[in-house]
Amino acid sequence: MSEAAEQPRIERGAWPGVAWAMRRDLRLALRSKAELGVQLLFYAVIVTLFPLGVGADPALLRALGPGVLWVAALLASLLSLPRLFAADFADGTLEQIALSPYPLPALISGKILAHWLTTGVPLVVLSPLLALQFGLDSSGLVALAAGLLLGTPTLSLLGAIGAALTLGLRAGGALLALLILPLYVPILIFGAGTVEAMRAGLGTGGELSVLGAALLAAAIGAPLASAAAVRIALD
Amino acid sequence: MLEAHDLAARRGDAQLFSGVSFSLGPGTALFVRGPNGSGKTTLLRILAGTTEPAHGRLLWRGEPVGPFHPVLRACAVFIGHAPALKDELTIEENLASLTMLQGAHAERTAMLDALDAWSLLRQRTLPARVLSQGQRRRVSLARLRLLSRPLWLLDEPASALDDAGHITLCDALAAHLAAGGIAVIATHQDLPVASGTHQTLLLA
Amino acid sequence: MINWFRFASPASFFPVAGHLARWFAVLAVPLAAAGLWLGLVVAPTDAQQGDAYRIIFIHVPAAWMSMFIYLIMAGWCAVSLTLNARLSAMMAQALAPTGALFTVIALWTGALWGKPAWGTYWAWDARMTSELILLFLYLGYMALRHAIDDVRRADRASAVLALVGAVNVPIIYFSVQWWNTLHQGATVSLTAAPKMASIMLIALMLVTFAAWFYAIAVAMVRVRAIILERERRTSWAGPLAGAAR
Repeated sequence: MSEAAEQPRIERGAWPGVAWAMRRDLRLALRSKAELGVQLLFYAVIVTLFPLGVGADPALLRALGPGVLWVAALLASLLSLPRLFAADFADGTLEQIALSPYPLPALISGKILAHWLTTGVPLVVLSPLLALQFGLDSSGLVALAAGLLLGTPTLSLLGAIGAALTLGLRAGGALLALLILPLYVPILIFGAGTVEAMRAGLGTGGELSVLGAALLAAAIGAPLASAAAVRIALD
Repeated sequence: MLEAHDLAARRGDAQLFSGVSFSLGPGTALFVRGPNGSGKTTLLRILAGTTEPAHGRLLWRGEPVGPFHPVLRACAVFIGHAPALKDELTIEENLASLTMLQGAHAERTAMLDALDAWSLLRQRTLPARVLSQGQRRRVSLARLRLLSRPLWLLDEPASALDDAGHITLCDALAAHLAAGGIAVIATHQDLPVASGTHQTLLLA
Repeated sequence: MINWFRFASPASFFPVAGHLARWFAVLAVPLAAAGLWLGLVVAPTDAQQGDAYRIIFIHVPAAWMSMFIYLIMAGWCAVSLTLNARLSAMMAQALAPTGALFTVIALWTGALWGKPAWGTYWAWDARMTSELILLFLYLGYMALRHAIDDVRRADRASAVLALVGAVNVPIIYFSVQWWNTLHQGATVSLTAAPKMASIMLIALMLVTFAAWFYAIAVAMVRVRAIILERERRTSWAGPLAGAAR
């Protein structure tokens, strides 16, 4: 009997690939909840360090607040990024993922989505609470949360490129930070700028649109670049 | 159906092998042998498509295939040194996950059947974290039964397997070859496979 | 028709690079001398900034070259990824340190200009801040290369990084500009160079070309060293690499 006739239909579509990766990564993340908690704690600690460093003058803190919260979000994001590919790389799963009939960018998108759901979303939820330390009023809190909601997925997407490029390298985390932080600068500027605009009474439409556009561009480009980087790392 | 022409590979500065050519038709098994460090794993990875050869061409069904070629990804299953198991998932979940990753449907009875064939039925709810090396290898090999792929690329499949596992592996290979499949196996040990044509490639 | 692909092999490009290095080094010297003489000696003193403004004859060419070299480097990276060409990757590797050097010169001279002209070494203006981020992009490229042992993986990974960086450079530049207008208003701006008399423009052009030729010469010398290092196991390169040690 010819195996060509025997071979059953194989799923190759992009969306099933995204779904497989997201479901698996979410399940894995929920079974090691300790890691997620540490990252949120890290975010809270960094935010708390700033007033300790610059003094508790309310006017100063109000001015610093959005910037501090955003920088802390960037750093917390960096902390969690190596986890995206490192475990799979070490146990051989990443190789199987790259050899899957599903498109690699789709599988990576699923992983990034799961990463954002487990690291970005808790950050967005926690940030208004921490922002109270900096005297933001309610409209400021909304602007901050909206900015983070649009910005954190982009941080995960761009960070995935860095995580894939630095897979298995000794310098690992620090190198990842050096590579990715320049790319984070526009997100930081417009994210913190969202709150500034709200404060100045200008309305946040412009900044949020830019963040949205950045998210769209990253959602298309980052999985492709990450896939290329993963294949390079597996070679 | 699988042809290699003048394949060469390097690792860093060192030349691993060169001039490797073979032609495998349906029902053929190629046993790749050689001392440690001779490039057996690299050759298999070139065939799987994760590594680009320094020189040479690979053809599948007459069509040239390069690294990560979609046709190769759909037609081959590659089982390397690392069992590709997640410690947090159970045997059953791992098997289902890896099977679905390859685009196949992990139907329950078929899965239980495969686990039974590899003597893992009783342990199927154990997390992979607690398994021995031999058990990990069995889980890894179990998915061969669930994926109907014409090309099997196995890197030291018998390592850590006990005698019973050895027999199951040879039976699985025999059935695959009898159905017209092709297998390339890197191995230190002799694998008595009861069917198909056998070729041997020695990487010096 | 010259078959350009003949030069795509490191072995045949090696002697060509030597010739190019010599020629461009020779051309760079008089251009630099002429440009600097015009700029530092001949050009008139500025009414507002006195003689301190003369540093722009180093600052501006350095800044232009830092951006130009990054684009060329990214171009070579694109070629190396699409055509799988080793020599293109080596060219990118050879250019990076020179590009980083020009970025440092631009930042340094920018700071030296800022102090006498506007009273502060670093004013967080849009161009200088973008220049600083460009330096991080260069350093990131070099650090990634350095961290990867396997040469082929280093070539390809750093190429992906350079391309991602190149795509982001305009985005970073515009966002920093936006940030600057938001926070600084219309205060100091290091873009307000003195109005250009034609002699100043000529001087700038001369120094820019000198910098460009210097960059080519240095890149050629460096790529020769890279070629020798990588090809040292081959019969033609072995003795040369040994002699070079």
